[in-house]
Amino acid sequence: MSAVLAASHAADVLPASSQNAHVLLASSQNVAGFGNQPLWIVLIKVLGVFVFLVVMTLFAIVFERKVVGRMQNRIGPNRVGPWGTLQSLADGMKLAFKEEVIPLLADKPVYFLAPILSAVPAFLAFSVIPFGPEVSIFGHRTPLQLTDLPVGVLVVFACSSLGVYGVVLSGWASGSTYPLLGSLRAAAQMISYEVAMGLSMVAVFLFSGTMSTSGIVAAQQHTWYVIPLFVSFAIYAISVVGETNRAPFDLAEAESELVGGFHTEYSSFKFAMFFLAEYINMVTVSALATTLFLGGWHAPWGVHAIWSGANSGWFPVIWFVVKIVAIIFVFVWLRGTLPRLRYDQFMHLGWKVLIPINLVWILAVTTIHVLRDRGWPAWKATAIPLALVLLLVVVPALMMLEGAAARRAADRDDEDEADARLTPTFPTPPMDLVVPSPKRLTTASVHPPTSAIAEGEDPDG
Amino acid sequence: MLAPYLPIVLLFGLAFAFAFFSVAIAPFTGPRRYNKAKLEFYECGIEPTPQPQGPNRFPIKYFLTAMLFIVFDIEIIFLYPYAVANKALGLFGLVEIVIFIVTVFVAYAYVWRRGGLDWD
Repeated sequence: MSAVLAASHAADVLPASSQNAHVLLASSQNVAGFGNQPLWIVLIKVLGVFVFLVVMTLFAIVFERKVVGRMQNRIGPNRVGPWGTLQSLADGMKLAFKEEVIPLLADKPVYFLAPILSAVPAFLAFSVIPFGPEVSIFGHRTPLQLTDLPVGVLVVFACSSLGVYGVVLSGWASGSTYPLLGSLRAAAQMISYEVAMGLSMVAVFLFSGTMSTSGIVAAQQHTWYVIPLFVSFAIYAISVVGETNRAPFDLAEAESELVGGFHTEYSSFKFAMFFLAEYINMVTVSALATTLFLGGWHAPWGVHAIWSGANSGWFPVIWFVVKIVAIIFVFVWLRGTLPRLRYDQFMHLGWKVLIPINLVWILAVTTIHVLRDRGWPAWKATAIPLALVLLLVVVPALMMLEGAAARRAADRDDEDEADARLTPTFPTPPMDLVVPSPKRLTTASVHPPTSAIAEGEDPDG
Repeated sequence: MLAPYLPIVLLFGLAFAFAFFSVAIAPFTGPRRYNKAKLEFYECGIEPTPQPQGPNRFPIKYFLTAMLFIVFDIEIIFLYPYAVANKALGLFGLVEIVIFIVTVFVAYAYVWRRGGLDWD
């Protein structure tokens, strides 16, 4: 109740403050340019984003197979096109000409709708990602970004939430056991990790003072947020792996348990849509990580000092794509290195580790930020909140964890004793059983086979 | 006012057309060879288990997760505007947001203690 009151109170204060009006004005100026683009520019950009995503997907699939292959001492695909680069294109073409099998019990309309519901939000999420600064397209100056909104990042967030529908409905409509289990798992893990992901962005908005993606990139001109907000970045990186159902968090399609997960019953182009959506989501979260934490399209340190043109014109697209590919490489690296988690361990990590760390981190960062805004010296503004967090949160949490561990250990001991007292209901061999050496083998190796048979018959006779 | 949203709508149109077209033409481009066994759902070749139909297919555990998600999602939605307007709200906003986070933390601790976050 008081939580709601506090929030509504904050909303009351909002318009009253003149400073705040300034903030709002700044952010609306930031995104004003996107309202009056000519239609042909918009169409070019729409097509550009679409093609970029499809090409990135084709690239990411080959890249992943190549890199995983190398990590497993294999070569990977190398037959189709130069160095196997056209492999995923060939696979996509092949899927188009495959038979479509629809299970008899499937709920047909939903079964048909699910892949579309999965693929469309994946494309949409990319609409607010900035590729670069203002460039000139056929003599018209325009930012290299499809569009931007004062709530830009929320668009990405909303689209990733909508993607859950595709997953849930595909499993539900298949009328089959494995897809149902897979889709339930996928939905639960996506929404669980969405909480951690959403909380990890709060600190970024705090620093940048805006939620528009271009504003956030502009605010990182000098310092990338990965440095002051490393904890947020780490939590974001972990949670997007869960959010996109990638190894080691790919429990939704754990091959050894659930065959293919939610898309087990899908074939042909419907399956291709799920595949496309998965890889586009991977590209999108990489692009969002770049935008929020890694300076967006800004050139890495040093490059700008050597070459002043690095951050203007079309060159920033290079930095942007290089950063995305680097993050995709980390995704692949994780897949090649780590074994899959158990489902309970995975949910434990999301709900009991990432969320509390996130909340405490947000509290600490917010306090430091506000105190420094009010003119406190940096050391004082940093040390006091940190000391408070240590005293009020970390120490009690550690004590509680230790107590819980001790309780669990005691429980385990009790269980072991109880197990020991139980009389077994089935015959068990004695622990000091001596296994007799196999007689026939030894005799057979010493004597010729005929005499071994004779020996075996002897006791009976 | 809504002009910045126009590109999103156009991208939606393109993506939807692409996805719908792909899914719709798939039955016509592929071959069709009837086999009764293909129409059964896949269970690694063993005799398929009968499926419960209707809403009771979902274990209750997942509903609980979904409800917990709503609580935290609302918390996030309240934190975002504060984070953006943080300069304007100053010390007063800080105190309010600390109270807010602590309040949600109490609910979180309660759920944890009652075993709502355990997954067996």
